[in-house]
Amino acid sequence: MLQEHAKIVDFIATAEGVTGRKKLQKMIYIMKKMDIPFQEKYEFHIYGPYSEELTARVHELCDMGFLSEALEDKGSYVQYKYSVTEEGQEFRKVLGKSVLDNPLTAEKLNAKSGRFLELTATLLYFDNLNRGEQIDKLHVVKGKLNFTAEEIDEAFAFIEELRS
Amino acid sequence: MSYATQKLAEEKVFKDPVHRYVHVRDQVIWDLINSREVQRLRRIKQLGTSYLVFHGAEHSRFNHSLGVYEIVRRISDDIFHGRPEWDESERLVVLCAALLHDLGHGPFSHSFEKVFALDHEAFTRKILLGDTEVNEILSKVSTGFPEKVAEVIAKTYSNKQVVSLISSQIDADRMDYLQRDAYYTGVSYGHFDMERILRVMRPLDDQVVIKSSGMHAVEDYIMSRYQMYWQVYFHPVARSAEVILRKILQRAKELHGLGYKFAQPPTHFLSFFDRSFTLKEYLALDEGVLMTYFQLWMTERDPILADLCDRFVNRRLFQYVDFDPGKDYKKLGELAQLFHSAGIDPEYYLIDDSTSDLPYDFYRPGEEEERLPIHLLMPNGDIKELSRLSQIVDAISGKRRTDYKLYFPAELLIDGKKKAIKQQILEMLREGGV
Repeated sequence: MLQEHAKIVDFIATAEGVTGRKKLQKMIYIMKKMDIPFQEKYEFHIYGPYSEELTARVHELCDMGFLSEALEDKGSYVQYKYSVTEEGQEFRKVLGKSVLDNPLTAEKLNAKSGRFLELTATLLYFDNLNRGEQIDKLHVVKGKLNFTAEEIDEAFAFIEELRS
Repeated sequence: MSYATQKLAEEKVFKDPVHRYVHVRDQVIWDLINSREVQRLRRIKQLGTSYLVFHGAEHSRFNHSLGVYEIVRRISDDIFHGRPEWDESERLVVLCAALLHDLGHGPFSHSFEKVFALDHEAFTRKILLGDTEVNEILSKVSTGFPEKVAEVIAKTYSNKQVVSLISSQIDADRMDYLQRDAYYTGVSYGHFDMERILRVMRPLDDQVVIKSSGMHAVEDYIMSRYQMYWQVYFHPVARSAEVILRKILQRAKELHGLGYKFAQPPTHFLSFFDRSFTLKEYLALDEGVLMTYFQLWMTERDPILADLCDRFVNRRLFQYVDFDPGKDYKKLGELAQLFHSAGIDPEYYLIDDSTSDLPYDFYRPGEEEERLPIHLLMPNGDIKELSRLSQIVDAISGKRRTDYKLYFPAELLIDGKKKAIKQQILEMLREGGV
């Protein structure tokens, strides 16, 4: 019961907090693609793979008092920062064992920018295509973001690193 | 004349309770409607288990698919036709996407998907691109046409106006299902002035906007949506049936894994248990097949499977209480222990379920929310986000409402042995704070 909620709390605790709703969305998606058993269902939305179920779950966890949501003013824009509360740490124990084989994965993902994770998640979304087709598709759906060849290479290398 | 532009000798019309008539002139659309994969949608109910609460809600995904097609046809042929911002060459792809957008839904879609970790969108894509009649028809239009239709439905298509018509906060899909579900359930919510909305829709840049004069019709649409979610889609009794359905499939899967000898072997499910299923096997499933198994499994030796099937078929549903997981998750663990002590398996008979909805959301710079807001086109050509002009929409924007319930079989807690434990369980449930 509430196992799926506990997995999200466990991940955010391991990552020592996540800043940005988009970032959290892409992190969980990338981990799902690495076969980490998160159950949230994803679809393709404007900013790439997105899970309405994850949005709802995070909202529920804030309501339950297991996550805190703080608004960070970044000047021209705002971002939400999620951290695990004391009650959340207690709740985390219901999971028994972490779903993350390697806690470093959370750290690695958290060290990347939202833009980079958006790029990585989008490439993974089209991983049924070959590399050239993936890049073509990326430019169709994310044309406005003007990802450079270096960024794309870096994202492919990051995917390989996570898979190894 | 190419197949893409070929028209029927005479227009075909389907009588429809929501749109009065659904009009078909294109040979491609007519052929798609008659394909095996689209006809299969007649055997999948649009509202899953809701018919156990609203007895009229027996309508199928076929009805809805035709309805979405009709709305998009009217937008394309009547409203957008001739407007310089609309690319007329997208007409056929958007009509096909409208008709086929739900093609991958399985029987009792959401429960089936949850238990077997499936994704109906992925199946829609497989049907469009695989060895199917639908693919054969689409391929006759042009090379790459099935892929284009699949991309519109997957929301990865380059023309965002086309995607918006099928999937956005005000799209043909929602406009049809709200009205259709209201009609068949018999509720008075869900009605709004679609004619007005269609008349004020305009293609603009990479989106579809609404002329500001139509703002009140859009407000009505959003409130209808809000009411339908809480009065129909999230009805706690329909959710009870869905919980039981999920548990039947879970039990059958578990028994198969344990090597249980079924009197009625789950032949149609075997490839789903080990995830080796083919598209053909997926398409062979419909709600008739599932209901047949449930009827037959009512006499299985396994008491849990037999009981759950009997509950679903004969509508002996679980009762429910409100539940606050933040406060009560530890008590839930205690309750599960008591269920064990009472000889009732909590895995199948004590189920927490949550549901939530966000009626409308707007754009937050920086956070880049994933929902495209509804934009109003002002008389001076400016674009304004709906909640900035509408007080009523502003009041519910970005506000998610969640409901938590705990489901259990009340009558099992009243009769039989271990009365003291069962009494303790009932008291915990009655106290509210489970």
